[in-house]
Amino acid sequence: MSAAATAARADADGQLTVRVWRGAEHGGFQTFQVARRANQTILDVVTEIQREQDATLAYRYACRVGMCGSCAMVVNGRPRWTCRTRVARAEEGGQITLEPMRNMPVVKDLAVDMESFFEKWRDAKGFFEPGETPANDFAVVRPDSPERAQADAGVECINCGVCYSACDVVSWNPEYLGPAALNRAWTLVNDVRDRGQDARLDAVSGDAGCHSCHSHMSCTEFCPKALAPTYAIAGLKRVTARRVWKRGS
Amino acid sequence: MTAATGALRASRRKPGFIAAMLHRLSGVALAIFLPMHFIALGTALGGADRLESFLLLTHNPVARFAEWGLVSALALHMALGLRVLAIEFAAVRERTAVTVSLACAAGMAVGLLFLMSGA
Repeated sequence: MSAAATAARADADGQLTVRVWRGAEHGGFQTFQVARRANQTILDVVTEIQREQDATLAYRYACRVGMCGSCAMVVNGRPRWTCRTRVARAEEGGQITLEPMRNMPVVKDLAVDMESFFEKWRDAKGFFEPGETPANDFAVVRPDSPERAQADAGVECINCGVCYSACDVVSWNPEYLGPAALNRAWTLVNDVRDRGQDARLDAVSGDAGCHSCHSHMSCTEFCPKALAPTYAIAGLKRVTARRVWKRGS
Repeated sequence: MTAATGALRASRRKPGFIAAMLHRLSGVALAIFLPMHFIALGTALGGADRLESFLLLTHNPVARFAEWGLVSALALHMALGLRVLAIEFAAVRERTAVTVSLACAAGMAVGLLFLMSGA
């Protein structure tokens, strides 16, 4: 038997003890037993509980392949995308504790209300601003230009909210724009076609903006897409600081 | 309190968070020390005798231990501050565990040098 087959079989043995948060802001944990299976993901476990054991369990998912950013939860204390997190990697002694993401109101069980998270994308001007009149010609953006490289580094965000859930500054100051919105703003600051930079830099340099970041690196540690919002926020700090310096105010 | 909201939750047991906490706690320690430092210097205004008699107090073991702690805290605070400046203004992409370990080692090394100098 190959090593992979042995591992798969070992994976398939036994039961998992899964503690799942039930309720909203106030609630408690309910314990379920779920069979271990080869290559099982955390989302597989939640789905099995919901389909086989308790149909009232609320959670959210869509694509199951790490594209839509719907299924993030806190797994054994760490925020993760559950569709691409294998049980074998996350369980601790056959135990899994599942909680809703932090820093967002809980709707029910494992589903959170992400409205405030998305509102902050808007507040950080995290959308392309083409200007009053359309450009006369295509902008030429060299793939190896520094701006393009900076934008590329942060553009694959799937809006899952893992960084926002991990961020201590959001916990301490609910107004803080958060890593995802600021990362998005940084990709646009590096978009040479964008005509809304002044408003964007104003938006991200307020009390709840980039300068509130303490560089705890939690967003960068936990981002499932391996993006580094800490460095994007550092970029915003540099650009906004330079702007104040130039203005002399 | 749950696994997701506890003060020492798993998502916080990371070098970046530990660095930020050490940075802050060493900063608070230094902020508390500074007024005492100025009071000590202020005793010189009352003459050399007053300063000397105050300085005698610093020879007791507790004050010596606190001195070592302060020197270490100052070095640690500076090293961690340089790390933050490097990330924010020099666009350095670090390996957090390595740079935080180096900063802690620098703090301890300065503390050791202070002890070895017999100051």
